[in-house]
Amino acid sequence: MNAVDPVPLFFLLGLTAGLLRSELRLPAAVYELVSMLLLLSIGLKGGAELARQPFGDLAVQALAVMVMGMLLPLIAFPVLRRIGRLPRADAASIAAHYGSVSVATYAVAAAYFASRQVAFEAHMPLLLAVLEIPAILVGILLARGLSRDLRLGTMAHEIFLGKGIVLLVGGLLIGWAAGPEGLAPVEPLFFDLFKGILALFLLEMGLITAAQFGSLRRHGLFLVAFGIAMPLFSSLIGATLGLALGLSLGGTAMLATLAASASYIAVPAAMRISVPEANPTLSLAVSLGVTFPFNILIGIPLYHALATRLFALTGGPSP
Amino acid sequence: MNATTRRLLTIVTEAALEQLLVKDLEALGASGYTVTDARGKGSRGTRNAAWGESSNIRVEIVCDAATAEAIAAHLQARYYAHYAMILFVSDVAVLRPEKF
Repeated sequence: MNAVDPVPLFFLLGLTAGLLRSELRLPAAVYELVSMLLLLSIGLKGGAELARQPFGDLAVQALAVMVMGMLLPLIAFPVLRRIGRLPRADAASIAAHYGSVSVATYAVAAAYFASRQVAFEAHMPLLLAVLEIPAILVGILLARGLSRDLRLGTMAHEIFLGKGIVLLVGGLLIGWAAGPEGLAPVEPLFFDLFKGILALFLLEMGLITAAQFGSLRRHGLFLVAFGIAMPLFSSLIGATLGLALGLSLGGTAMLATLAASASYIAVPAAMRISVPEANPTLSLAVSLGVTFPFNILIGIPLYHALATRLFALTGGPSP
Repeated sequence: MNATTRRLLTIVTEAALEQLLVKDLEALGASGYTVTDARGKGSRGTRNAAWGESSNIRVEIVCDAATAEAIAAHLQARYYAHYAMILFVSDVAVLRPEKF
């Protein structure tokens, strides 16, 4: 049988240590470095494959995924507003988190699929980068409307020059320019060490997640239910889109995972500046405290099964 | 020692605000500032600086009384409602008043 995958166990270790109030803590600089390495590895890996793809296909996929990124917050917003009875700014901010993506969830899924020899399209990191941004714009518009002063310059700076986007897109460009052979010398750092780096990152994520549980307890059941129901619903949309775009089984499962994941770095930073009246504790509690652990512990295998099921039902991607 | 009195303005706030804040300070006439990473606890909970979203900064500005007043008024109007921010002013002795 399969050996136990150690990567999620590091997350559980961090989570347990955090809940037991252990003194364990990754130094801030180490956390920064580890997340930089993850973003660059993912970017490089995708970039190296970009040159081999026909541009037309890529553009169609990127566009379709962008539309999905705008659609998801539009679906989440009324639910948060009506059923959750949240103030407008909070509902808009949480909706934006769920339209955008979590790179960490992507990384865990990539490791999961790799260890099961499930192949997925190598240019997935491009779709990951594309999905980060549209939801932020939709979230800001939902919160403020078009009329009020939007401070467009600051907003654009915050969105397009955030650390995550710069590293991810930078990695894609370097990978694309260097190609697979060119990247060989840096492979030991970025590719061979990927799982170890991911493990260290997840240890800290566990600690951060544990810190969200307190605020979750204060904000009640609705957020917990939303944090589980929303990714399940989004994964259906993602998987359907993957199938429609003619992605492979692994690619469809990955797109379902991307749709299901919720941002906790790019979106909170942008929302803090552009929608200051939204309570950041609320959106982080649900995206980090509920959805992130749900996705990496239960969601990814589930979305994999969902894609497998869809492929069995429809006989694979339409030609 | 030939000392002159100036105001020391200390702001403790969310790290997310650093770039906006620094721009404001320069526009309001601060000739310099010092930013340090900080962590602590206040009315908006613990800010343990474990990662970007929960880290704080402490900004210190030495300036004349009028500038200190202008900065304090601006920050109060612009940021107090929605951000974790505290600000306090004290008198300090400086040796080269023309610098501030």
